[in-house]
Amino acid sequence: MTIRKTILSAAVALGLAAGLAPAAQAAEPGEVTDFRFSFEGPFGRFDQAQLQRGLQVYTEVCAACHGLQHVAFRNLSDPGGPALPDDQMRAYARQFEVQDRITGEWRPAEPTDHFPMSQLEGAPDLSLMAKARVGFHGPYGSGINQLFRGLGGAEYIASFLLKYTGVESEQAGVILYENAAYGGYVSMPPVLFGDDVVYADGTEATMEQVALDVSAFLMWTAEPKMMARKEAGLTAVLFLILLTALLYFTNKKLWAKAKGKGEKAL
Amino acid sequence: MATGTPHGEISGIPHDAYEPKSKAEKWLESRLPILGLLHSTLTIPTPKNLNWMWIWGIVLFFSLILQIVTGIVLVMHYTPNTELAFASVEHIMRDVNGGWAFRYVHMNGAHLFFLAVYAHIFRNLYYGSYKYPREVTWIIGMLIYLLMMATAFMGYVLPWGQMSFWGATVITGLFGAVPLIGDSLQTWLLGGPAVDNATLTRFFSLHYLLPFTILGLAILHVWAFHHTGNNNPTGVEVRRESKEVAERDTLPFWPYFVMKDLYALAFILVIFAMIVGFMPNYLGHADNYIEADPLVTPSHIVPEWYFLPFYAILRAITFDFLFIRADFGGVLAMFGAIVVMGLAPWLDTSRVRSGRYRPTFKIFFWLLVLSFFVLMWGGAMPAEQPYVAIIQVATIYWFAYFLVVLPVLGLVEKPLPEPATIEEDFLSKNPDANKAAMKPAE
Repeated sequence: MTIRKTILSAAVALGLAAGLAPAAQAAEPGEVTDFRFSFEGPFGRFDQAQLQRGLQVYTEVCAACHGLQHVAFRNLSDPGGPALPDDQMRAYARQFEVQDRITGEWRPAEPTDHFPMSQLEGAPDLSLMAKARVGFHGPYGSGINQLFRGLGGAEYIASFLLKYTGVESEQAGVILYENAAYGGYVSMPPVLFGDDVVYADGTEATMEQVALDVSAFLMWTAEPKMMARKEAGLTAVLFLILLTALLYFTNKKLWAKAKGKGEKAL
Repeated sequence: MATGTPHGEISGIPHDAYEPKSKAEKWLESRLPILGLLHSTLTIPTPKNLNWMWIWGIVLFFSLILQIVTGIVLVMHYTPNTELAFASVEHIMRDVNGGWAFRYVHMNGAHLFFLAVYAHIFRNLYYGSYKYPREVTWIIGMLIYLLMMATAFMGYVLPWGQMSFWGATVITGLFGAVPLIGDSLQTWLLGGPAVDNATLTRFFSLHYLLPFTILGLAILHVWAFHHTGNNNPTGVEVRRESKEVAERDTLPFWPYFVMKDLYALAFILVIFAMIVGFMPNYLGHADNYIEADPLVTPSHIVPEWYFLPFYAILRAITFDFLFIRADFGGVLAMFGAIVVMGLAPWLDTSRVRSGRYRPTFKIFFWLLVLSFFVLMWGGAMPAEQPYVAIIQVATIYWFAYFLVVLPVLGLVEKPLPEPATIEEDFLSKNPDANKAAMKPAE
């Protein structure tokens, strides 16, 4: 009886939350393909090799225009991320020139420096892009799918890179490109054509592979502590389930006498 | 508190008074009777028959403390400046040890807080807890709710994302709708002509201050209902003729209700931990991960879910009424919707407290709940037909419930018989309890 009611209240609470989610995420994307990523779901983990490939794609394709201002070079060595060895991370950082905050001079970047801001005016910073876009809201607009499939931000980025229709339109002297994932025309031209990078680990650089790798990498830049969060979340959930069970029996035994159920309650 | 007499009284319910035992207790109690106060707070005689809708108070207290504790840690790393705020939140998420946990718990803690407060409010509306003699508890509760909304609104502005900025612009714009003084009022609130650094710093200051005001009011709230005694699902008062009789209707708060509440809280926290751990942005808005830009308006500006019902009422007024312009009419309707709820104790004419014994009332009550959800849904929809018409109907019902149904129904409805005592209600659900009571003590 009591359990049923508790579950009922929880269901009401969840239902309440579910009813609200579509409200909270009303922006309507175009066609977003639900790609599978290794980091989806409560047990999802980043694929370290994929993050390293994604870093390569970002460096060789995206970085010409887009920045990653919230990410520090040292983060590339953090556990739960691309986890570059220290020397590789330092060598990687030195490719970038940054302006020293104290002396004002331009110098090669140190591990403590952040990635540069966007180089092209109007090109958005990509640090948080995978959380700033929502790919899907199902089922029935409740968004509960997120629990197993993530926000869909990485899917959105991958779809965006892959779904240029090839139609162009000139508006006020600017060429715009039709993109089915966006659901309209965008100013960013298509950047992937197949074999856009040569992967160090020998993976074949198909368009889809490249798009998925960089999307996974951008999910990591948006949520670098995701693995720590899911691990802590799982520990917390298991601990709280145990605590709930113990409190259930404690409560039942405590009330047994008042309810006249005596010893048979347990 | 009548110390020294064998039966001190709390809430008019006869009850054992605190007797200091050790020397240290006696020393302190004679100088500051704080142990007696704690003792009477914890052992207050509580109606035996409280159901699971009586757990939200603990959830609310827990949420408040959770928000204060996580908030204090976040403040240590947050920078209230329009140039730095967004980056400082990312600094918390990335560089501060466990910062992501504090931030996500604080963010989702607000959702838990509002979920609990709405459950708590509707519980009171159903069981008539707002009625004599608990009107002051109800009014304090409404003030807490208003302060919660102000606090949550200002807190949402602090990360300085797109939705923070534009939400603040839209909501403070409401004050601009006030006739004659609107513009000056809005400028005074914002600290300038538009949402900017002055707005951010004052919201930060108030977002830190108001939770402590809420804490103070919450203590008054508890004091008030500890004085009158808890309501219960029957709405029948605890018998107070003697301690023995009172004990047949009640059990002490500690340990019976503390354990029950902790059990419910732990269960709720399982779901909370799942949301924080596995889908922390579920109830948030993706646009808030884009830094505020006064030059780019998001396509949909949607408030957080807990504001949506009243935001819908604001938007339901699409017409000028006499000399009141539609925008100011909307503001009046929004605040009016909360005011009429606050006046429920004086609008409800029924002498039967609990909705359990009011069959017609039940129908109107569930329609109120329905209108609340319809408004919540409609508040997120674009301002076009048929949504506008739907939220207008729900708005009319919201006001009609308080201004027409509660006054009239109390006079015309024929209620069902109430149980004579709480004990009777408890025994009807736990028939074995009687045998236990009859058995001689072993």
